[in-house]
Amino acid sequence: MTTLRELPEFLDAAFLRGLTQRRITRRGALAGAGAISLGAFLAACGIGGNQPSAATHQNWVWDKAKKTGTLDFGSWPLYIDTAVDSAGNTTYPSLVEFTKETGIKVNYSEPIQDIAEFFAKIAPQLQAGTPIGYDIIVITNSIQLTNLMLKHWLVELDPSKLPNFYKNGSKRVQNRSFDPGNRFTIPWQSGFTGIAYNTKKISREITSYNDLFDPAFKGKVGMFTFTQDTGNLTLLGMGIKPDNSKPSDWQKAADKLKQQRDSGILRKFYDQSYIKALSAGDTVISMAWSGDVYQANLSAGNEDLKFILPKEGGLIWTDNMCIPVGAAHPVDAITYMNYVYDPKVAAELAEAINYITPVPGAKAVVEQDAAAATDADTKQSLTDTANSSAVFPTDADLAKTYYYRTLNPAEATQWNDIFNAVILS
Amino acid sequence: MSTAVPAAAQPRQTPVAAAVSRSRIRPSRLILPAYAHLVILWLFAPIFVMMVFGFNDTHGKFNFTWAGFTLRWFMHPFGIPTLTSAALTSLWTALTATLISTSLGTMLALASHRYDFRGKTILNSVLIMNIAASEVVVGSALLTLFVTYGVGLGYVTIVLAQVMFTIPFVAITVGARLAGTDPALEEAAQDLGATPVVTFFLITLPVIFPGVLAAALLALAISLDDYVITSFVAGNTQTFPLWVFGATREGVPPQVNVIGTLIFTFGVLVAVGGAVYRSWSVRRLARETGFQSR
Amino acid sequence: MAVGTATVRRPALTTRWGRALAPYLLIFPGVAWLLIFFLFPLLTLAVTSLMSGDFVAGFQFTWNFNNYTYGLGLYATQYSHSLEYGASATLIAFLLAYPAAYWIAFHAGPRKSAYLLIILLPFFVSFVLRTLSWETLMGDDGPILGPLKSAHLIPSDFRVLATPIAVTFGLAYTFFPYMLLPIYASLEKIDRRLIEAAEDLFANRVEVFRRVIFPLSIPGVFAGVLLTGIPATADFVNQTLLGGAGTTMIGRVIEQQFEVSANYPLASALAFVFMLGLLAMLLLYQRLFGTDELVRAR
Repeated sequence: MTTLRELPEFLDAAFLRGLTQRRITRRGALAGAGAISLGAFLAACGIGGNQPSAATHQNWVWDKAKKTGTLDFGSWPLYIDTAVDSAGNTTYPSLVEFTKETGIKVNYSEPIQDIAEFFAKIAPQLQAGTPIGYDIIVITNSIQLTNLMLKHWLVELDPSKLPNFYKNGSKRVQNRSFDPGNRFTIPWQSGFTGIAYNTKKISREITSYNDLFDPAFKGKVGMFTFTQDTGNLTLLGMGIKPDNSKPSDWQKAADKLKQQRDSGILRKFYDQSYIKALSAGDTVISMAWSGDVYQANLSAGNEDLKFILPKEGGLIWTDNMCIPVGAAHPVDAITYMNYVYDPKVAAELAEAINYITPVPGAKAVVEQDAAAATDADTKQSLTDTANSSAVFPTDADLAKTYYYRTLNPAEATQWNDIFNAVILS
Repeated sequence: MSTAVPAAAQPRQTPVAAAVSRSRIRPSRLILPAYAHLVILWLFAPIFVMMVFGFNDTHGKFNFTWAGFTLRWFMHPFGIPTLTSAALTSLWTALTATLISTSLGTMLALASHRYDFRGKTILNSVLIMNIAASEVVVGSALLTLFVTYGVGLGYVTIVLAQVMFTIPFVAITVGARLAGTDPALEEAAQDLGATPVVTFFLITLPVIFPGVLAAALLALAISLDDYVITSFVAGNTQTFPLWVFGATREGVPPQVNVIGTLIFTFGVLVAVGGAVYRSWSVRRLARETGFQSR
Repeated sequence: MAVGTATVRRPALTTRWGRALAPYLLIFPGVAWLLIFFLFPLLTLAVTSLMSGDFVAGFQFTWNFNNYTYGLGLYATQYSHSLEYGASATLIAFLLAYPAAYWIAFHAGPRKSAYLLIILLPFFVSFVLRTLSWETLMGDDGPILGPLKSAHLIPSDFRVLATPIAVTFGLAYTFFPYMLLPIYASLEKIDRRLIEAAEDLFANRVEVFRRVIFPLSIPGVFAGVLLTGIPATADFVNQTLLGGAGTTMIGRVIEQQFEVSANYPLASALAFVFMLGLLAMLLLYQRLFGTDELVRAR
């Protein structure tokens, strides 16, 4: 029953060409070139001039692979539930329960700190046909994820092994423009990109993208250094839907950003440190990610910061679980991917992570947990989670959020060049 | 180091002692020590902030707004196993790399300063290029090299890389020490029949030791703190900077500050302990020899 | 050379032959290491910089010198930012490090090594923590600027963060030990009897410093400037964390082109231009400086 499924429409000719070629393995390339030589090194290296390796777009993964009882899970730091055991060590309760239930032991690690950086690390290994050592990696929708799919470095998922995902996953995350049909990825958690501002420093209500351009906040405005976030949100602010946008629109958006920069309204293009700047008062209004504001207020013990989705529209992004080719334990991996779509597990994760859970049904579980909680602090925190629009967004919020524009490699180059001319100045 | 310095070097103490005693007389002499200590204060300023936030009673993931005092992070400084093992990995890889690169770099410096050989200029240019090379690009090329020849990523590749980029720092630092030192002593020793190896350990090393130590400390600091190249060649192994940098997205937990504080405090204790021991041994030496150093 | 004419029986390495062989034996392990783990990758970098194509279709070697002209044209500003901030940071580090190294070398007595270690200690905790702490300290409403603003000593929109000054001081801080250690190493070896003699001759301490101590420490200064200047110019982390809009340095561009855009040829070309440009400048510096070799710096 496992046959090749439909190819997504954005696949380009180079990829299809790659599919028809015999896969050149590292071993083969080396054997052909004889002993250690620069030629062999260059031919095998990811930046060399050989054709893209036509990786396994085959269902032999699911036909042949067996459960092994081991799972190597590579994720982001602090992106899972944790507890402290009696010896003072951190444990991961949801993983412990998973092992109890399935007998699969999880080697959990947190190697991913930045999607571009992580991609730069795994690309040479995947290009050389070496396993990267993880069965599941968590990758944000991005140019890098598109490249992983185009290079066919991800194992195509078998939907029959993901009943929980199809049953419990929210409609929004089952329909992601960058991976139509959920062929290669399913969500881990999602978040919004919108605007955050300091209510102590700004008395009026912020509602619009254009508030980021208000001269009243001169030198106190933060934008993201990430071309995807900044570019797409600016397009939305100008009333253009990212997926309908053309390079001429991108240029218009970049010009708008350039003006903001040159007039001194913009303080800086921030990376994740934007939240620190906002908390410290270095900025008073900034582009922001949804979960951070909740955490910043919690950390500071106040409610000074507020996150909004601009009325022109906000962005939704998703960190996605996927199985890299060469993964040693794919069955164990997909078992886990299905497992986290159990509302109970999803609730456990949501309570700890506070980003948008892909399982709306988890809300009821969190409410039950809150009702059952005995100490006041826990009760309060669980109630907050259940009512948080950052974890369980309303349909109205979801309706006005868009994924980044999906970019093929040529477009990605153009996109980055246009926006980096302003951001990387 | 003076414990390692042969007795012949001891008379050097005289002018230093003279300078110290004179500095008590003229107030203008206070400017220099004051300046030096201000520089140290500047170096320590961010460390104080780091320590303070190890006591921050934060309830969220972020630890940069003061929310009250607590000791709870100090109760379980090693409560995050991945962080602890990352710190240990850092320590071992950096120490190994320092040992190797200090040896290799010192040999390069010795060759450069004691001998003439073909390709010296090329060697020096390579050292410069090494420091100037973009870490991202070199890291990636190195990763490709390891992957192509099937070198498993982890401890070994981290050490290989860290030695590679610390060698020039050692060679140049030791070189600065060697520059202008008189090779007459070494030649004399060799004329008296000492083998080059014996000459090195008995004559050269004691003379250049402060330079070698400085170079080793520099190599250690660079290796311990390296992020970019290490991140490329570490595979699934985590080092302390890798872990901490990764945590910035979701918020650096206070345990990181606690571990930083512990490392720092340990270092200060070692430094102070060493200083106390050394002034004690200098005084004992003075007593035994009847030589007044102060 | 006295070595060759001596009559006592000598170990092999002190003969003329050994004398010729010794440097090669000494440099062999270090050179081999650099050859395999630096030069070999560097060669692939040079090859890559002349490729064309894109990530998914693959890159082909085509003698594409366009990467160089295109990159230089597009990022001249960022190259000049790098040189500007790198040079200022080196100067600041020198002004801070020399007196400190001098004091430790001549006046710290038996506490010398302790001071050395103390100065190095901040660099044993992660740079991320140090930089986060600087951000906290120098914040617009932080513990330093906050009170000054409340007292109306500085204008309320004054800031340090997100300016070139913050970048420069961040760089000077990060690479401070690279400046201090070589200077210390060369000051510490100065024969105290020389100073004593000089004091007898000039009596004036400024003259002693100018005529004896500083000239003798020049190899250390030279090494310190190299070790600080080069990585400070290449760095991008400080600028990313402490700089504002319009302060981007070339290291950041290379990183972005490599990691985000996956444009390996352009990134390699930019890196190569940077490396060779810096090398050329240093060779010129060395020529002006009047030393015969960079490391030797006699």
